[in-house]
Amino acid sequence: MDMNQYMDIFIEESKEHLQSMNQILLQMENSPGDMDMLNEIFRIAHTLKGMSSTMGFQNIAHLTHEMENVLDAIRGGKMAVHENIIDILFNCFDELENYINLIETEGSEGPDTSAELIQVLASLKDSGGIVTKEVASALEKEVDEEVVQEVVMADIEISEYVHDIILTAISKELNPYYLKITLDSKCMLKSARAYIIINTLEKLSDVIYSNPSIEDLEDEKFDLDFQLILISKVDASILEKELESISEIHSFDIIRLQENYTVIKEDSDTDIDINIKLNMDHEETSIVHEEMGAQNPLLRNERSDESRNKRNKTGKTVRVDIDRLDNLMNLVSELIIIKTRLEDIDDTGRKEGQNMHDAIEYLERITTSLHDAVMKVRMVPIERVFNRFPRMVRDLSKELGKEISLFMSGEDTEVDRTVIDEIGDPLIHLIRNSIDHGIEDPATREKGNKNKSGTVRLVAYPDGNSVVIEVEDDGKGINIDKVKAKALERGVITPQQSHLMEDKDIIQLLFHPGFSTADKISDISGRGVGLDVVKTKIETLGGVVEVDTKQGQGSKFTIRLPLTLAIIQALLVTVGSEKYAIPLNSIKEITTIQANTIRKVQNHEVVLYRNATLPILKLSNILNVTSASEDHEEYVVVIVKKGDKTVGVVVDHLVGQQEIVIKSLGKYLANIKAIAGATILGNGSVALIVDTNSFF
Amino acid sequence: MSKAIENNQFVIFRLENEDYGLPINFVETIERVSEITRVPNAPYYIIGVLNLRGEVVPVIDLRKRFSLGGKEIGDETRIIILSLEEMVVGILVDGSSEVLTIENDMIDHTTSLVNTFDDDYINGIGKVNERMIIIVDVYKMLGVAEIEN
Repeated sequence: MDMNQYMDIFIEESKEHLQSMNQILLQMENSPGDMDMLNEIFRIAHTLKGMSSTMGFQNIAHLTHEMENVLDAIRGGKMAVHENIIDILFNCFDELENYINLIETEGSEGPDTSAELIQVLASLKDSGGIVTKEVASALEKEVDEEVVQEVVMADIEISEYVHDIILTAISKELNPYYLKITLDSKCMLKSARAYIIINTLEKLSDVIYSNPSIEDLEDEKFDLDFQLILISKVDASILEKELESISEIHSFDIIRLQENYTVIKEDSDTDIDINIKLNMDHEETSIVHEEMGAQNPLLRNERSDESRNKRNKTGKTVRVDIDRLDNLMNLVSELIIIKTRLEDIDDTGRKEGQNMHDAIEYLERITTSLHDAVMKVRMVPIERVFNRFPRMVRDLSKELGKEISLFMSGEDTEVDRTVIDEIGDPLIHLIRNSIDHGIEDPATREKGNKNKSGTVRLVAYPDGNSVVIEVEDDGKGINIDKVKAKALERGVITPQQSHLMEDKDIIQLLFHPGFSTADKISDISGRGVGLDVVKTKIETLGGVVEVDTKQGQGSKFTIRLPLTLAIIQALLVTVGSEKYAIPLNSIKEITTIQANTIRKVQNHEVVLYRNATLPILKLSNILNVTSASEDHEEYVVVIVKKGDKTVGVVVDHLVGQQEIVIKSLGKYLANIKAIAGATILGNGSVALIVDTNSFF
Repeated sequence: MSKAIENNQFVIFRLENEDYGLPINFVETIERVSEITRVPNAPYYIIGVLNLRGEVVPVIDLRKRFSLGGKEIGDETRIIILSLEEMVVGILVDGSSEVLTIENDMIDHTTSLVNTFDDDYINGIGKVNERMIIIVDVYKMLGVAEIEN
């Protein structure tokens, strides 16, 4: 029976189940004895087991089965809920999530990577909840392995002959693969199994090298693993599939030798031995001779990279409330009605009391509602981003030995789907920052008369035409002097500048590329690539990020994002003979000023306006156009704002307000100064959108 | 440039008095010149952007890019729309009307020839029936680094 048609449903439902499992696990940590929660996890594990075995995903079924056993034992009072058990359950959760993600991207759950976890669960059940040494070490091992994932090297020696074959194969666009196969420890006839594997592979490829040699394999002179180099026309995925169909293989790694393949020739007296180093794309290339772990972290690692790429390519989906679709449908039917009505109106524009004007007005109303409705379809609650944070905060606070509670509110705030995908990383960064740099350790907090446990608040709310997300902590705040010192040290500002800068401006330096105040570099943050990335990301989404800090009381990062990215209200202006659009939401007011009131202060033009100095910029200068109003006595000035700062922009004429569809200038013209994008006007010509944020 | 070798077909365009060839797989369409909006602060060789059926596409003046003298836009002037690496870019050329097949062994890859411009953009010289076709390197012509894969 073809299960593919159920695949989407399976993935979607599994994800929902995993999500609630995650939430319950987090709650359970605080109240371990709660039977309801236990029952709920048991139910989820059971459902997942049923679903996955129906779909033929044995690894998931196996793992959830063991989870069930343990949970059942706890329910039966045979063991108590221990912190370690929750950790193990979290590990199971991670494992399940990995499987589901693999299924989503590759269509298969991949090799069995949970053998150890299953063992841990089984021994837990047997030992009645006492975490034995074995279990503890297994747990530790798991942690170790995650570290190992960073660098994996295979160190094998091949003769020059084999090396030549590989090079020839690459030049002929064949795929040379390096393969490491580990047999199951329970495998009885190892040589026969190896023979089957090699035989299967030979159908699709040529095996050019084997370690141990084929003879040794036949004589069973090997432990559990052996390595092969083969040349094949087919994709690794096909080989993978073949290998997966063979039983008694514990794990295998396939690495294509074409990429990241460096050959180091080592001089030796007799032969030239070639040391193949397979080096996955990681920054750390230190030579670590690490036996590949039984759980083949390499394969998983490679996969996760791959799947990340894939996810970007496959179409994104949105779950839409049926009501919203109905609304959309209604509007479209109204659109059809208005179309007929327009057809009825004859060329004179009049028909029995109806005229063109009425019809256009009606049409306008519908298009506006249609725009709203389509926007709503694209909107997703921000919950989808937020719900991964409780777990993250839990893990981080454990790791750092800090007590931190996370408060979230406004999870139901809706934002555009594209924003959801992009906002996750910046938020993770900010939260990590708050936890790592902001919140002090419990001892320091007590000394400072603060509650022992720190608080991180994550709040989202809609505000007019934008969505605001705040990340706030009650930690030590940003040390402005330290920022200043660091900025001087790094040469970001000159000493003269530092004297003139206000505190507010100094905090802004945090967003400068390559700036990090962490005294010591930690795993969590402080790599020096930080807030500037956050800022860039948010700016590409058309948003802004601000910091507010009070020494000793904490800091608050406020992200302000536009509700929609596609359609905005804009003011069209002309400069010289060219038309430009200025986004309406950045305009504070429009006024005229007398040319002779403009004063020059240090080469900057300013004017006194409403008893405050207003810097004046000429759009013609910024955009290199000859202005038509250069010698006029009165200038038309559009006052634009960013936060609480304002700038007056001199334009030639105002054309009017218009709804515009934002188009990007494309990758080729990315980052053009002062231009945020383009739009197509009613007459088909292109007008550029001015990036007012760049004026500040 | 393995892409070009696959089918050996080149879109030929004219610039000054020379014929140039572009690997056909980069070419999307060839358009007549429509209204182009200047983009301030863009590199000197970018004339501006045009509306290509609802998409905003940047256009390069190849004469400026190749340091050739300017020329009025005439009836023959065309914009060749190229697409590569998810980028869509137009190039303004004096004219373009044919597609030629140039066999690999008819392309001379030594670029030691002295030409009117920096020979960086040249990928080779192709010979078809006594005609010389300058094969351009699209990535270098557009000033973008070639990204493998």
